[in-house]
Amino acid sequence: MNLTLKIWRQKDSKAKGQMVDYKVTDISEHMSFLEMMDVLNEQLVNTGEEPVAFDHDCREGICGMCSLYINGEAHGPDRGITTCQLHMRMFKDGDTITIEPWRAAAFPVIKDLIVDRMAFERIQQAGGFISVNTSGNTQDANSLPISKIAADEAMDAATCIGCGACVATCKNSSAMLFVGAKVSQYALLPQGQVEAPERVKNMVAQMDLEGFGNCTNTGACEVECPKGITLENIARMNRELMKANI
Amino acid sequence: MSGFFKSSVGRKVAMALSAFFLMFFLIIHLAVNITSLFSENLFNEMSHFMGTNPLIQFALQPVLIFGVVFHFVMGFVLELKNKKANGVAYVRNNGAANSTWMSRNMIYSGLAILAFIALHFIDFWIPELNTKYVVGDMSGMHDGNFRYYHELVEKFHNPARVVAYVVAFVLLGLHLAHGFTSAFQSMGITAGRKKTLQSIGKAYSIIIPLGFVIVAVFHFFNH
Ligand code: HEM
Ligand code: SF4
Ligand code: FES
Repeated sequence: MNLTLKIWRQKDSKAKGQMVDYKVTDISEHMSFLEMMDVLNEQLVNTGEEPVAFDHDCREGICGMCSLYINGEAHGPDRGITTCQLHMRMFKDGDTITIEPWRAAAFPVIKDLIVDRMAFERIQQAGGFISVNTSGNTQDANSLPISKIAADEAMDAATCIGCGACVATCKNSSAMLFVGAKVSQYALLPQGQVEAPERVKNMVAQMDLEGFGNCTNTGACEVECPKGITLENIARMNRELMKANI
Repeated sequence: MSGFFKSSVGRKVAMALSAFFLMFFLIIHLAVNITSLFSENLFNEMSHFMGTNPLIQFALQPVLIFGVVFHFVMGFVLELKNKKANGVAYVRNNGAANSTWMSRNMIYSGLAILAFIALHFIDFWIPELNTKYVVGDMSGMHDGNFRYYHELVEKFHNPARVVAYVVAFVLLGLHLAHGFTSAFQSMGITAGRKKTLQSIGKAYSIIIPLGFVIVAVFHFFNH
């Protein structure tokens, strides 16, 4: 198929960017979206132009590096997938596709479609861990009884890959789905409960410091999240913070 | 604890608490108004009680005023903070793909309610305060009868006012269609996401505004 692409180009973090139109031809519907971008970049390199910078790594939906706001949606029109898992068969011959970087004050553009997601890293560093002695005398994890329900919910929360689609989608650029998931994966398990009050306080404080917005419960994040993280995790984070303050 | 209410999560909890109070108040207010449909006497008695009972006037009323003011001021604060968090706007953004119109436009439905509250104050509340506390007439009487019912009927003679009321209540319904369950979620109550509470929320957001609209339209056509 033949497509028109409208892509955000921005030389560096300081430059003023703009949308630029490109044409790509003979795109196979079996290609992934990123392969289509590779075709475009090869074309640009061959004509001596600067290729479009975009994030990617694993290309199988597990690393969370790929981003892209495609036709007004994070990771494009499909559900439960990352951009590297988006197939070109979701589009039709002759389509015009808009491709923009994640937009949030806390995710500044570095170049073209790449944004700086270090804010997530700093939130993790503020509390997204447990302090255990790993010097060889660690207790056997199986000696702690954990209910199947809690284990499953903690596992589901832990599938968050930190991609930032929730922030990109949110009309308030809120990071509460991400932080809710990271708080929940520990709050549900005995190992995490030891430091639970400090964790939630510190992570929420860092989230606010980074300049993410407030949640309006629109639910857009859970629809666009590639890993199916639910709003229940935000509710749990809110409960954890209330508990920590009483 | 004071740090809690300065956090993003705490602000949302405060927003939800004020909203719960407002939603409770609306039930009481509608219950009083509905009596005007079938009993002039009962409506007058209830209005007089509400307007003169010291507990309601000097304990609940200040809480209500604080609740309303807090709710819309915090609404603006959150809106401004969220706009600041946005950064550069998307060239193309398909909000309808993942969320309802109501949830994305709480500030606009809220602003319409605020405009209505201003009108409502000028219509009923300021004259009430004037009669009771400036003129000092606590009797609730006019020409030997309770005045409340007649004042109500008189206000709803004006078709422009009735239309304004109807529009405002449609927007209140939209505000509540998202707000009701949202408030539970903000409080960390997961039940807000379950079928039962969603149905109750839907019923509340239709029945309450519709009730107020029926009262206004009824008196417009019946007198
Ligand atoms: C009697 C009148 C009102 C009622 C019953 C009401 C009810 C509610 C409820 C239940 C919520 C959801 C709370 C939550 O998500 O935690 C809400 C949110 C909101 N209300 Fe109201 N409201 C009223 C008036 C107003 C007014 C006058 C404004 C003025 C601007 C306003 C602005 C907002 C905003 C902006 C939100 C969303 C806050 C957010 O989640 O980001 N509301 N309201
Ligand atoms: S919650 Fe979902 S959308 Fe948000 S960072 Fe994690 S995986 Fe990505
Ligand atoms: S490139 Fe790793 S998730 Fe898409």
